[in-house]
Amino acid sequence: MDIKSYIALALTLFTIGIIGVLVRRNAIIIFMCVELMLNAVNLLLVAFSKMHALSTAAKASVNYASDAQIFVFFIMVVAAAEVSVGLAIIVMMYRNVHTVDVNFLNRLKN
Amino acid sequence: MGNYITFPDLLIWLPLLAAAFSFISKDERGAKNSAIIFSLLILGVSVATLFFTNDTQYLSYNHVNYIWLKYMGANYYVGLDGTGRLLTLLTAIGFPLIFISTSNSKYENPSRFYGLMMLTQAGLMGVFMAMDALTFYFFWELALIPVYFLCSIWGGEKRIQATFKFFVYTFAGSLLMLIGIIYVYLHTQGRTFGDGTTSAHSFAMSAFYTVQLSASEQNWLFILFFIAFAIKMPIFPFHTWQPEAYNQSPTSVTMVLSGIMVKMGLFGAMRWLIPVFPEASAHFKQLIVILSVIGIVYASCIAMMQDNIKKLVAYSSIAHIGLMSAAIFSMNQISVQGAMMQMFNHGINIIGMWVVIDIIERRTGVKKISELSGLAHSAPVLTILFIVIALANIALPLTNAFAGEFLMFSGLYNFSHWMAAVAGIGIILSAVYTLNMIQKVFYGSVNSLTTDVKDVSWNEKLVLIIIVGIIFFVGIYPQPLIELTKEAVNNMVVSVQ
Amino acid sequence: MNNILQLVWLIPVLPLLGFLINGLGRKQLTKSLSGIIGSGVILISFVLSVVVFLQIGSNHNETIHLFDFIKLNAFKITFDFKIDQLSALFLLIITGVGFLIHVYSTAYMHDEDGKDFAKYFAYLNLFVFSMLLLVMGGNYLIMFIGWEGVGLCSYLLIGYWFRNTDYTNAAKKAFIMNRIGDLGFLLALFWLIAVVGTVQYDELFTAANLAKLSAFDVTGITLLLFVGATGKSAQIPLFTWLPDAMAGPTPVSALIHAATMVTAGIYMIARSNVLFSMAHQTQVVITIVGLATALLAASIAIKQNDIKKVLAYSTVSQLGFMFLALGTGNYVAAVFHVLTHAFFKALMFLGSGSVIHAMGGEQDIRKMGGLHKHMKITSFTFLIGCIAIAGIPGFSGFFSKDEILAGAFAHNPYIYALALFAALLTAFYMFRLYIITFTGSFRGTHEQEHHLHESPKAMTIPLIVLAILSIIGGYIGVPESLGGSHHLGKYLAGVIKAEAHHLDHTTEYMLMGLSTGLVLLSIIYAWMRFKNYKIEGESKGLGKVLENKWYVDELYQMAIVNPLKSTSAFFNKIIENKIIDGAVNGVGKLVNYGGRQLRWIQSGQVGAYVLLMVIGMLLLFFIQLFL
Repeated sequence: MDIKSYIALALTLFTIGIIGVLVRRNAIIIFMCVELMLNAVNLLLVAFSKMHALSTAAKASVNYASDAQIFVFFIMVVAAAEVSVGLAIIVMMYRNVHTVDVNFLNRLKN
Repeated sequence: MGNYITFPDLLIWLPLLAAAFSFISKDERGAKNSAIIFSLLILGVSVATLFFTNDTQYLSYNHVNYIWLKYMGANYYVGLDGTGRLLTLLTAIGFPLIFISTSNSKYENPSRFYGLMMLTQAGLMGVFMAMDALTFYFFWELALIPVYFLCSIWGGEKRIQATFKFFVYTFAGSLLMLIGIIYVYLHTQGRTFGDGTTSAHSFAMSAFYTVQLSASEQNWLFILFFIAFAIKMPIFPFHTWQPEAYNQSPTSVTMVLSGIMVKMGLFGAMRWLIPVFPEASAHFKQLIVILSVIGIVYASCIAMMQDNIKKLVAYSSIAHIGLMSAAIFSMNQISVQGAMMQMFNHGINIIGMWVVIDIIERRTGVKKISELSGLAHSAPVLTILFIVIALANIALPLTNAFAGEFLMFSGLYNFSHWMAAVAGIGIILSAVYTLNMIQKVFYGSVNSLTTDVKDVSWNEKLVLIIIVGIIFFVGIYPQPLIELTKEAVNNMVVSVQ
Repeated sequence: MNNILQLVWLIPVLPLLGFLINGLGRKQLTKSLSGIIGSGVILISFVLSVVVFLQIGSNHNETIHLFDFIKLNAFKITFDFKIDQLSALFLLIITGVGFLIHVYSTAYMHDEDGKDFAKYFAYLNLFVFSMLLLVMGGNYLIMFIGWEGVGLCSYLLIGYWFRNTDYTNAAKKAFIMNRIGDLGFLLALFWLIAVVGTVQYDELFTAANLAKLSAFDVTGITLLLFVGATGKSAQIPLFTWLPDAMAGPTPVSALIHAATMVTAGIYMIARSNVLFSMAHQTQVVITIVGLATALLAASIAIKQNDIKKVLAYSTVSQLGFMFLALGTGNYVAAVFHVLTHAFFKALMFLGSGSVIHAMGGEQDIRKMGGLHKHMKITSFTFLIGCIAIAGIPGFSGFFSKDEILAGAFAHNPYIYALALFAALLTAFYMFRLYIITFTGSFRGTHEQEHHLHESPKAMTIPLIVLAILSIIGGYIGVPESLGGSHHLGKYLAGVIKAEAHHLDHTTEYMLMGLSTGLVLLSIIYAWMRFKNYKIEGESKGLGKVLENKWYVDELYQMAIVNPLKSTSAFFNKIIENKIIDGAVNGVGKLVNYGGRQLRWIQSGQVGAYVLLMVIGMLLLFFIQLFL
């Protein structure tokens, strides 16, 4: 499949993510949108990796082709850890102010 | 280097040790005593340095050179030369005098107060001994930051405002200098260390002195450095932080500021400005001398108008510093020598002035000249000692400032006749404001504020008599000061020619 | 023989010692003890000065090196004493007259507290020390040290009664005006150092070094030195401090403001006569200033009613005469007049002190009168002083003043005429003073009259000694035309290269006759006018101008002091606070303002931050891709 389709998909997902972050006020949805953006990038990474693996330069090296694929797994692990922290923050926020509306949290003190 | 303890080590580590002792001591007495004892010890070390001046024989006692940041070509290099000896001596004399004379003052959190004071001393010592640009910058900031806390915690009513201005102003200058240092650093030759490794560039003073820069680069860098030093000195028109800072700081800090710290600027100009950028110095000297001379007359005029005794002394100090900077930038042997001596003498005299002003302020609670009168009745000893110090401050012959001022004027005259003549107006005006102050504060008849003023106590008397002793000794026989610094002055002047 | 001269440093050190003892022990010492110490050290110095004077003879001189004061490579200023005929003569005047005045002071100041009494003697000793340093210094710098030192002592002694603000104002004025002169002196020194590289007399006054000075240099240096002299010796334009300086105790006025300190300017010029003889423009300036001062001060003295003020203006006027002599190159006459003036003016000041003492502090001559009956010694000695200053033949003032006048005549007859007029005024106001004070009937209160008495011996003996000196002092300089041989001129020949003025004897006789006759006439006129003196009302016209001292003080106030004050106020209020500090604070305010304007970006809304981030990223893309 043409690389352009992957790029178009990733871009769409990423844009949805950005718009979601910008327009929504619910912290959980914003969080999900951030994840969406992350995964859009992951997708792009994998797609490029695949494309790159077909090139002559990559064929010369043995394990070069699979680097990005492994890297994506790595990102997913980190993202999972980040999600747990992020959700914990949102839970704490809900406990304290009884809302998940981010506009409500516009100051650090008081 | 050697495996024994050297003078620069002692002069820097002892204050730091004292600071540590003061910080951890729980009560006021512990903090104060450790500060006083250590500062006397430091004075002893500093006096000892005067007997080990022969560099061929005692080089290893007077210089410490450790590798610090190898990849950057920075060493921790501190050493004593004539200038350094003189100014560390001033620092070492100043602190015990300050502690003893103000030992009756009560501070909140005394352990912190004395700790910060000793930290300042460490910084000052380092500045006067640094032989490596990064070391110099490090100590330069080390001296500034404790003073900021000292002023803003223990100062007067408007301390926050005054200190903020002082800090931001001088710090802005320091940052300009840092930019300058980095720029020069990037143009220096590499440095080879003892173990054979080399770095691309070097912070060593010798590397700075030999750096090759184009004329326009020199000019820009000169301005960066000069602003930092000019603010610190301070000379006209960079002086406005000073009167309010002196007015608001606790007196002991004011003494450090005016007696010792302003010498950092002059010293910096002598060691890190003129020899590093000789062509730019020659290019700008006319302008700077003119600024300095304007500053002398201008500050003297304003001093005449002051009713606040602290501000009066602050402006008189600006006038004196102006003369010193004019002398330094006249860049001939006589004038620089005079400025060198005057740096020491001015420090001694102005500390004496502040001691008396502090006494007056503590006894009467006011610092307005117009509210004081007739102190000569209630405190005759104080009056006599103050008059001696005040007259030394306006450089009457046979007091310490005379020889220095004579040399400075003489050198300035060689530089420009008219500048010397205009600066001479400062001599007259200094007499005017000093005598006005003496007349209004000490003469006349007593008023309700001054009737019950007690004369000096033993510790104040001790300090003032020591100061007066130095005033007369140096005044009658100034030659030792010249001998001490002659070579350093010569090196500096030669480097410019 | 040289050994004694090696001890010459004792002469100034002894008064210094006296100063230290009296100053530090002022609480412990009794009055008589501090009086004895104060006068004793001066007496020893006087004896030593006599020994030195005899040692040095008329053709010997010696430089005694003590230590290097400042030594910087080739530039060197030593702490030297130079003993030659000129300094030996001044040593005698200072310690001799000084000693008499110290003795006098023990009685005059007797009402003071023990502590203040000791302080007074301490200051007085310090003054003698500084003055000795001034005349003994082997170079201009040591002279300058003494020069400022005497200024300081003068300041301290004028303000001795520091409770009174007028007195401390006078002290301050004296010091500041002196400092203006001192600046001139200093600049002259710098000029010398810059051109010749030395201020040592022995090195400076050599042909090789003098040759280094261009005509412009010489004129400039001498003019600046003269500015210094006008300050110290109270000449136009810096003379107004001296009359005010009468606020000090009377013996101080006698010692400092008549006999010694104010003659420092003359000493300095006589010392540098080699330089001044090379500078003809300067000499013209000195002549004019001296003459103008002599006339101006004499005219003011006519209308003054304070006994000490009259004497003060008289001193200014006499100093003007001395400068006139200096300007006409007649250095010996100037020094001669310094000597005789020291005697008779000290005598008159001490006499006025005696009067003031008897009057219980009253200084206004309108409230005196007829004092001759009550205090004969004072009156007689005062009269001798008046005769001496007026220039009646046979008394010391005649010889010295006549020499000045003769020199002026040889120079320019017009100058002579004006100087003669000033001399007539001198005779007139001195006798006015004498007649109003000592003759006629008493005009004060009964209480004062009851109190009138002759002063104690400690005061009258110095008066008598000075009176004798005022008579015979002139005989060391009898001119050749009167059959003398002018010992003084010959004595000073080694130091002062006299510019001989040649007048034939007939002319000299004529001049003497003329001046003597006119002086007698003016004395008679004074007698006619004031023998029945009554308190006059307000003067009008010129009299009022004279009474107000030609409004010079007011003029200075208006032309110098007030502008200086308003300029300073302008600096303080506008430039310092508004412009410079305004600029500094302005930078701070700008940053503050900018921060406040940018604050809306930091709204705290996460959405806004993200939006900005996205916009930023898009911008970066745009720049990367299309620019």
